[in-house]
This record gives sequence, structure tokens and C-alpha cells, in this order.
Amino acid sequence: MKPFDTLVSDAISLPDDDVDTDIIYPARFLLITNRNGLGQHAFADRVAGGDTRICAASCAPILIAGRNFGCGSSREHAVWAIADLGVRAIFAPSFGEIFRSNCANNGIVAGIVTKDVAEKLHAAAEAGQRMEVDLVHCTITCRTGTFVFSIETADRESLLNGWNETTRILALHEPQIAHFEQRQRMAEPWLWATENEQETTKNV
Amino acid sequence: MGEQTPFESNAGTLYERLWTRHVVAGDPNGRALLYIDRHLLHEVSTPQSFELLRSNKLSVRRRATHLAVPDHAVPTRNRSLPLPLGPARDQVDLLRRNCTEFGIELLDLNDIRQGIVHVISPEQGFTLPGITLVCGDSHTATHGAFGALAFGIGASECGTVMATQCLWQTRAKTMQVRFDGPLDENVTTKDLILALIGQIGAAGATGYAIEFVGEAIASASMEARMSLCNMAIEAGSRTGLIAPDDTTFEFLAGRPRVPTGTAWDAALAYWKTLKSDSDARFERQVVIDASAVAPHVSWGTSPDQVAPIDSVLPSPATGSRDARAQEYMGLQPGKPLLGLSIDFAFIGSCTNGRIVDLRKAAAIVKGRKVASHVRAIVVPGSGQVKAQAEAEGIDRAFIDAGFEWHSAGCSLCVAMNGDTVPTGKRCVSTSNRNFEGRQGPGARTHLASPATVAASAIAGHLADPRTTP
Repeated sequence: MKPFDTLVSDAISLPDDDVDTDIIYPARFLLITNRNGLGQHAFADRVAGGDTRICAASCAPILIAGRNFGCGSSREHAVWAIADLGVRAIFAPSFGEIFRSNCANNGIVAGIVTKDVAEKLHAAAEAGQRMEVDLVHCTITCRTGTFVFSIETADRESLLNGWNETTRILALHEPQIAHFEQRQRMAEPWLWATENEQETTKNV
Repeated sequence: MGEQTPFESNAGTLYERLWTRHVVAGDPNGRALLYIDRHLLHEVSTPQSFELLRSNKLSVRRRATHLAVPDHAVPTRNRSLPLPLGPARDQVDLLRRNCTEFGIELLDLNDIRQGIVHVISPEQGFTLPGITLVCGDSHTATHGAFGALAFGIGASECGTVMATQCLWQTRAKTMQVRFDGPLDENVTTKDLILALIGQIGAAGATGYAIEFVGEAIASASMEARMSLCNMAIEAGSRTGLIAPDDTTFEFLAGRPRVPTGTAWDAALAYWKTLKSDSDARFERQVVIDASAVAPHVSWGTSPDQVAPIDSVLPSPATGSRDARAQEYMGLQPGKPLLGLSIDFAFIGSCTNGRIVDLRKAAAIVKGRKVASHVRAIVVPGSGQVKAQAEAEGIDRAFIDAGFEWHSAGCSLCVAMNGDTVPTGKRCVSTSNRNFEGRQGPGARTHLASPATVAASAIAGHLADPRTTP
């Protein structure tokens, strides 16, 4: 994954609360089995209904959203679709938890701001202000001012370094995983009943 | 937090106990690398997970800990025929190929054990108390009904679990929800969870792991408990837990993958320790008098826009979230919910597609007829639920009343298999989400219990199952 660098761009304002992942990426497009080019289906039903605040034709790398953004289904397609539109940072008073994890796994900053800051950012976005996202210091700066956002330290670190979580776990923790497995085999053998020792494949 | 020692814990709550037991490593940021015991796969959320394995040249670490089943995209009719050519068939074929390539067991479409992941896993004894279980599906909290730490994840995380058997996680805060008193007849745990979500909001439990306790839980069947835990995510929580008890152990005994003999004895001894200490401290507590809960029905486009069925619609401020929801739903403020005409009735889903749900609904529709303007559909949660219902004659009660009787799948809960509700049509549904467009673009969904859906299908409008003659 590409490390997250400083981002300077326009922002889109989508202040509605509880924008769920069905709205972001309607279920019928889940039949698509790759993760590229999904932006054309982002917010498809909203767009069809005439709401083109965010879609393939109109987007910016920064999205200012409402409370509980990305709630509902775990579909990572919602994040892939938004990423395909070019979004690299989303700020909201709160997020659906699975959506937030999916953002971190796809190089997107999902930063939490207070309701008060969110209102100021919505206004700034509407006014066409450019914003600078600084992930090192967790700040957003625009003409209105500089505002702090919060993000899990581990997500921040991973985004800044562009880490691959999967290979990183294997590189750093294989002995601990193996040790855990050995102990669990003894303590809860019924969870290992159908496996013999050789069946565990070590990815190294 | 730093390093933690697994297998020894003085933690107070069930959640903390399950968590501590699965910590492989800690990091300076307070996260834990959690060991994942079981992983369920379906066709929709895993194509890209397998791609992650391929692109990183990784294999599956413990093949026996994964179980796959097609459910979301599959047609629920004409299942003796091959799937029609198209993207759904391609997606199911891809799951089949991926499982073959990576050595993962698949319960295929023609297998009687096929069904919705969250229905078949407990049926097959794949879900056990004390384990960690994940799935690329937000309703994975269902398995928390067994005292398993179960939560939904994204497709990338599914790939991580297959390669490493682990996930980095941040420990949630704990919330205890106590349902005092017994339930009224024809009031179900579906009504309890809707009432809770209405009270605390769709993000009311974000950041928390919920544990459900109380008399209404203790007396509930495993199926009813699953309906409750299933919808924890609709309150924002990825995890809903119930401590295992004799009801749990009776449900599990004799199922295919459940330990037997001395292994059962050892497992049971451990499982009986899986509960919160009586003096455990929860960061938040909610108490609801279950005996005073009426059947609930949602009226908006978020699961927290919900009300007792015998109430009137709220009168929200112009332009507010509630007003926008009522506009989408085609509703008038101040009007009663009872009597609202419906076009569709759906019984099924990972929330309410189990045998107990079908029995409840069948008891109400037996000997009656679905209103002539209503299309009523039953989609059993699994092939085994379907077979059991047919053995009990429940299918006849539905079919004679005018219900369609389908094969197992997610169907109208996620509406990506061809089963949809047309634009502007109103569906009363036992599913879990009333989001805009969830049952089809422009479709209007009212969430309710199987009893309420059955009573409403007969009446032709939203009806109270307590007063259905």
C-alpha cells in the first residue's frame, strides 16, 4: 500500500447522518468480483434519484461526512468504490466500525472530528476552501482554521508507512502465533480435533 | 497494555475473558493481535480475499478452521436446475474454485446443509462457545449467542485471517443490556432488539461489546437468542454476547462438529466457566422491562426509527432526518402504524429464518389466507430448516395460506439474487435492515418479528400479532 503523505485538495460535504454502506454501494453491484473500477456504482441509487453531491462525475479527495458514516454492511466494496472516486481522507463525528477498519486497510484516512469541527468543515467545503490533511500531526487546515482529528494510533502508523497488515503479522509475530497454537492444542484440544501437526501451513 | 498472558485471566466480564484468552501479542498502541479460531466464508465478500492471498503468494494457515457456503447471491427458486448464466453463477463458481484451490470445505448449493452462513454454522456445530469467529458479514455477532467472540470483518481482513489466523483488534468497551421479566405471547426477541435500538440509537453501541442478560434471555431458545445478537450491529456494536448455559449445551450436543465423549466433558467444563462475574463492571448498563415491550416495527430508513406497533408515527421537524425518512417511506406524520397497507411480506434471513421463527409464523397463518393484494414469501434460512419445516407440515400451513415457499438463501434481506421489492412498494420483513434501497431501489421496508409479519400478511396491513383473531 502507498504510504499516506500530506494531502491538499478541495473537499466534498455530505452532512447526512447514518449514510450506510448500502447507500454508498448498493447490494446488486456486489456480484462484481474484482475491486477495481467500482467508483461508477458509488451512491448509484442516490445519483439515479438526482442527488449527485458525490459520484463518479463529482468528487474530491477529501470527504466531510455526517455521524455514523459507513454503518451497516461490512462490504469493503463501499471503501473500494470511494477510493476509486479518488477519496483519500474522510472526516466525520463517527463511523461504522467495520467501515473504519476497511478504510485503514485501503490507505484511506477515516478521522473523527467533534460535531462542532464537523460543522465548520462542512461550511468550509461548501465554500470551496482547500484543505490540508496532515496525518503526522492529525490536523486539517483550511482558511477557517486548523482543526484536530483523531484516528487510532495503530491505523495512523500503518497509513503513514503504507504497511501490508497481513505480511507484517507474519514477519513479526510468527513465533508468537505458533506458541499460542501449541498452548491452545493442549488447553482446548477439541478445537484441533480434525487436524494433525502437519496441517498447519506456515507462511514465511 | 503490552504483552498479555493467554489462558490465565481474572477479567470480570465475559467479553474480557474471551478477549484475554485469545491474545497472541500486544502492541504499544494498546491493540492486541487476536487469534481467530473459526472463519465463515460466502461468495460475495471473499473473491478479493483470495486475491489477496494470491498476490502475496500466501496459503491458508489452518484449512480446517474455515467453512464456506454460497448464500447471498443464490436464487431461492428452481434450485434443482443449474444456476442461470450470469454474474451470480460466476460468483458461486468462483467460490467453488477458490475453495478447491485453497483447500477449504464448501457446503455447495445442492447440499442440504447449504443456507445462510449464520444459520448453517450453528446447525453444523461449527460455532462453539469460547471461540473467536469471524466472517465477511456484519451479522456475524449472531454467533455471540453461544458465548463466542464473533464479529464481522472486511474482505481484506478475511484474507489476513486465512493467511495468519490472526487480526489486530482494539478492545471494545463493555455494555450490559438486561431484559427483565418474561415476554408476552407473540412478542419475540426481535421486538426486544428493535426496542433496544430505538432506545439507544443506530450508533448507540458503537465502540462497545454488548452482553445480553436477564430473565427474557435465560428463558429464550438458542434461535431466539441468535435473532437478538444478530442485530447488535444495527446498534453500532460488532459484538453481541450471551453466556452459554444448559440451553446452549442442549442445542449443541450431538451436532456434527461438536466434540463427543471425553472431549465433550472437557469442553463442557470449560464452557461452563464462560460468564461474567456477578460483580463484573460494565462501562455502560441498560435495563429494559421485557414484559412491557410491545411488538415493534420500524417506520424509517434506519433501524433506530422504530416504534411499538400500536403507536402513531412521530411528527418530525421539516427537513430533519426523521422527516426525510418518512418521505422516502411515503408516510404521514401522526398516523397510526396499525392499518398501514402492505404489498409484500417476507419471512426469512439470518435474523429470523430459523425453525422457531417459521413455527411461530405458521401458527398464525394456519387455516387463514394471505390478503389478496399481498405477495408473501417464506425463505428458510437453510436446507435443514426447510426439511425440518416440511417434516412438521409447516410448509403446508404457509402454502395453503398463499405464501410462496422458497429454498434457502439471503434472498429479500439483501435483494441481490433477483428477489426484490419494486420501487415504492411496502414490505413488512423479518430481516435486519430497513435502509434506503435495501430490498430494491426505492423499496420501503418495515422490520418486524415473524409473528408481526405473519399477522400483517393475513390482514393486508400492519397488524398486531397479539390481537390477531
